[in-house]
Amino acid sequence: MIWITSIFDTKIFTLKIMIAEKKEIQPKALEAVVIRFVGDSGDGMQLTGTQFSDTSAMIGNDVSTFPNYPSEIRAPQGSLYGVSGFQVHIGSVEISTPGDDVDLLVAMNPAGLKTNLYAVKPGHTIIIDTDAFTKKNLEKAKYETNPLEDGSLDNYRVIEVAISSLTKEALKDVEGLDNKSITRSKNMFALGMVYWMYHRSTEHSIDFFNKKFASKPQLIEANTKVLNAGFYFAETLELIPNAYTISPAKMPSGTYRIISGNTATAWGFLAAAEKSGIELFLGSYPITPATDILHELVKHKHFGVKAFQAEDEIAGITSAIGASFAGDLAITTTSGPGLALKGEALGLAMMVELPLVVVNVQRGGPSTGLPTKTEQSDLMQAMYGRNGESPVIVIAAGTPSDCFKFAYEAAKLALEHMTPVILLTDGYIANGSEPWLIKSVADMPAIKNNRIIEVKENWHPYDRDANTLARDWAVPGTFGLEHRIGGLEKDKITGDVSHVPENHEYMTKIRAEKIKRVENYIPELETEFAESGDLLVVGWGGTYGSLHSAVKQLNSEGYDNIGYAHFNYINPLPKNTEAILNKFKKIVVCELNNGQFVNILKMNFNICGLLQYNKIQGLPFGNTELTEKFKQLLS
Amino acid sequence: MEATLEKKYTFKDFASNQEVRWCPGCDDYVILRAMQKALPEIGVKKEDVVFISGIGCSSRFPYYMDTYGMHGIHGRAPAIASGVKLANPDLSVWVVTGDGDSMAIGGNHFIHVLRRNIDLNIIMFNNEIYGLTKGQFSPTSLVGQKTKSSPYGNTQPPFSPGELALGAQARFFARIGGNTPKEMTQMFIDAEKFNGTSLIEILQNCVIFNDGCFTKYTDKKVREDKQLFVEDGKPMIFGKDKDKGLVLNGLKLEVVTIGENGITEQDILVHKANEKDPTLHQMLVRLEYPLVTGIIRRFDDITLEEREDVLTKEVQANSKFKKTDDLFFSGEIYEVN
Repeated sequence: MIWITSIFDTKIFTLKIMIAEKKEIQPKALEAVVIRFVGDSGDGMQLTGTQFSDTSAMIGNDVSTFPNYPSEIRAPQGSLYGVSGFQVHIGSVEISTPGDDVDLLVAMNPAGLKTNLYAVKPGHTIIIDTDAFTKKNLEKAKYETNPLEDGSLDNYRVIEVAISSLTKEALKDVEGLDNKSITRSKNMFALGMVYWMYHRSTEHSIDFFNKKFASKPQLIEANTKVLNAGFYFAETLELIPNAYTISPAKMPSGTYRIISGNTATAWGFLAAAEKSGIELFLGSYPITPATDILHELVKHKHFGVKAFQAEDEIAGITSAIGASFAGDLAITTTSGPGLALKGEALGLAMMVELPLVVVNVQRGGPSTGLPTKTEQSDLMQAMYGRNGESPVIVIAAGTPSDCFKFAYEAAKLALEHMTPVILLTDGYIANGSEPWLIKSVADMPAIKNNRIIEVKENWHPYDRDANTLARDWAVPGTFGLEHRIGGLEKDKITGDVSHVPENHEYMTKIRAEKIKRVENYIPELETEFAESGDLLVVGWGGTYGSLHSAVKQLNSEGYDNIGYAHFNYINPLPKNTEAILNKFKKIVVCELNNGQFVNILKMNFNICGLLQYNKIQGLPFGNTELTEKFKQLLS
Repeated sequence: MEATLEKKYTFKDFASNQEVRWCPGCDDYVILRAMQKALPEIGVKKEDVVFISGIGCSSRFPYYMDTYGMHGIHGRAPAIASGVKLANPDLSVWVVTGDGDSMAIGGNHFIHVLRRNIDLNIIMFNNEIYGLTKGQFSPTSLVGQKTKSSPYGNTQPPFSPGELALGAQARFFARIGGNTPKEMTQMFIDAEKFNGTSLIEILQNCVIFNDGCFTKYTDKKVREDKQLFVEDGKPMIFGKDKDKGLVLNGLKLEVVTIGENGITEQDILVHKANEKDPTLHQMLVRLEYPLVTGIIRRFDDITLEEREDVLTKEVQANSKFKKTDDLFFSGEIYEVN
C-alpha cells in the first residue's frame, strides 16, 4: 500500500458564521466522488443521503447508493452499534457500485467517525459536527482521547463545524418549533454544506420539503432555513478552498428515476400483472431485508393488487399457492430463514405445477445470521432446499434497477412454464439504488399463459404443452374442468393419485425435463471485455456492479486478456455456458459465500481450472480486493 | 355467493370417479355422503365449489368430490383456502381437516383464519387420535389415553376445539355427532349460507385406532339423554322425554328437570346463536353433560374480503394511478438527452 502524505493538513476551527465577502471560486471538475453520511440512527442520515443522490441524478450524474444501518431500530444514542450510514457514489462516468474509498465523510457524532474512518483514505475530507464531540459521546464511542485534539486525524482534511449550534442559531426566529424538531434538522445543515461543495442547487430538496411537510409549514420553513444556512456557511467559509463539479454522465437517453432494488422488484410484478392481464396476489410475512417489497405492493390497491400479510412464512406461500390455483399471478417474498420455512410448500407448488414466484432477498446466514447484511449463501437452498426431486427455475437479479427486469421475467417464466420460480436478490441490491431508465409496460415482452377456459374432449389436468411441457391451468369457476390436484404423485395421463413405480419415475423425469427446456426460452450467456483469453471472471446475481467495474478497470489499464461472464439464469443455465467457459485458460468464480455457484458449474460441466474468490463478511466486494486478485491471477 | 343454477344436481353429480378408500365402517363415509347431499340443496354450481385439505385421513376428502380440489400439505389448508377465496370471492370454498391437522401442525393457521373471518367453511373431523400415521395421541386425546405414542397413558391435556375456536373469535361454531347424517347435511347448508368463517366439529369415530371414543354421547340409545342439540331461538331442552333443560345458576350452567322443584319450560334458557358476547357460547362448549351439539354460535359480522373490497374501491376511486405507467412516470423523474 502506498502511503499518501496529506497535502491538506490544515485544521479548521469555526464556531460561528463568518461574515465574508462572497468570493468567486472556480470549481474543480471531478469524474466521480464517494460521500458517506454517518450519524445516530435518529439523525436522518438515510434522508440526507437520498436527497443528495436524487439531486445529483436530476442533474444527470450516474449514481449508486447504499444504506448501512443497524438491526436495532433506535439503538442507544451515541453508541457504536447505533451508527446509521448512507453512502452515495456519483459520477460523470458509468457508476456501477456505491464505491469503496470515501472521498468525503460527514460524521455527525464520534461513534460515526470511529466506525467509518477506515473507509476514508488519508488526504480525504471529513466534515465533523464538533458540538457532538462531548465527553459523554466520546465515552460512548469508546474514545480515550478526543480525536479532534489528539492528532489522530492529522492526515485527513478535517472541516470542523459546530453544526448543532449553527442549526439552533439559524432557527431562532422560527416560531412553533420544539427542541426535537430543531435538533433533527441539523442533518440539513450538513447537506447544505455538501451541496455547495459539489456545486449542486438546493432547489430539489426545497421542493421535497414543500411536498413532504405540506401540512406543517413550520417544518418547511425550518428545513429550508437550515439547508440554506449550511449552503451559505460553506460558501462564505474561506477555509473550504475548493468546490467541485461533476458533469452529467453519458447515459442512454430517456426518462429516468432513482429506484431501489426492492421497489424495482415490486414494480416488475405490477408490470407483469398488467401485461398478462392476470391479477397480482402477494402472500407475505415481514422479514428483513425483504419487507420493503410488501410495503410497496400494499400501496397499490388501485391496480387491484391483493397483498395479504399472513400469520407466518408458511401461510405466506400457501395462501399464494391457493391464489395461483384460483387463477391469480401469485408471489411470495422472503429472506433466507423464510425460504427454509417455505420449503415444503414450494415442493407442493412444484408438484401441482402451478405458477408461483418466490422472491428471496438474501441476507447473511445461517440461521438468523446477519439480518441487515448482504450475502449470496442461499443459492444451494434455492436449488435443493426441498424434499424429493423438486427442480424449480432459479434466476438472480444483478443490480438494483435490474430487479425490475428479473421480477418481470420471473412472473413470465412462472406463467408460461407452469412452475414455481425463485428470484434471488440480496440485501445489497435490494436496499441500494441507482438510475432506472423507466420501462413502459407497452415496451415489455408479451406474457402468455396456459389458461384453459373451455371444455376439451378427454381433457386431463396434467395434459402438457408439447414444447414447454407446461400443463394446462384450469381454474375453479371454469365449467366442466373440475379436477383435483395435490402433493401425492399423479398418474401421467389421468392426473389421479398413482403409486405405480414406473409412473413415478416418468413423472419425476418429466418435471425435470420441463425445467431443463426453459433453456430454450432464456438468453444465451455473453461475456464482457473479452471473448477469450487468460482469465474469465464469473459472477452471478447481485455482484454484477462490483465485478463489472473491477474488470472494466483492468481493461482500461490495458489488460485485454480478461473477460467477465455474469449469470442471471442459474437453473437452468444458459445453453452455451460450457462453450463460453472453455474459451478462457483460467476461470475465477467470485461469490459472497463459501463457494456455491462454483459447485453448480462443477456438477454440470467438465471444466478444468475453476478457481474461487469468496467473501463472507456480510459486505459486498471491494474494488481493490478484486483488481488485486485478478492481477495476481493474470501474472 | 350467487346461486343461479341452470341444472338441478343430485348427490351423484358430486361424487368423483375415485374409489373411496377409508376403512369400512368409518364415519368419514357418512360425512362424504352428507356433503354430496348438501351441495345440490345449497344450489351452488359445481364448477364454483372448491375443497381444500391438509394431510390425514380426512384430507383425502377432495379426491372423492367431483368439484375443484386441492390436497395440500399438513396443517396448511386454511391458508391455501384463504388464498383461493381472496383471489376469487365468488367461489364456495371448503376446508376439510382433522384434529391433528388443524390444532397441532396447523394450529397457527387455524386460529388466524377464524380471527380474520374469511367466508370459508371448515369441516373438522375430530376423532381424538392420529389415524393415518396409525394411532398416536392427538391434541384432543384425553389425559391417560393409551395410544402408540403414549403406551402408559397420555400426559398432555387436550384442547377443546370449540373453546379454542371461540377464543380465536370464531363467528360460527357448530358441533355434531358423526352418525347423524340428516342433521349434518342441514348443518353444511347452514354453514355455506353463513357469511364468514364457519367451523363444524364432527365427532368422528375412528373404528381402527379409537373405536367408541364418542359412544357415550353418540350411541343411538343414549344420545337424546346425553346430547343437547341447540337451535337458535328455542329453549335448551333435551332428554328422551324432553324434560331436561339448562338454567343459569350464578356463573354456571345447571341441568334441571322440568316439573321438578317448580321448574317450568319458561325457566329454561333460550339459545341465542347470534350474540356478540361469546360468554354463554363458551359455557355451552365446555359442558360435559349434556354435550352440546348444533350451531352453538352464529354471529353475523363483516368478512375480511368485504373489508378489502370496500377499501380497494375507495383507493381506486381516489387514486390518480390507473395504469402502471402513471406510477412509473410519476414523482421524481428526469430526462437524459
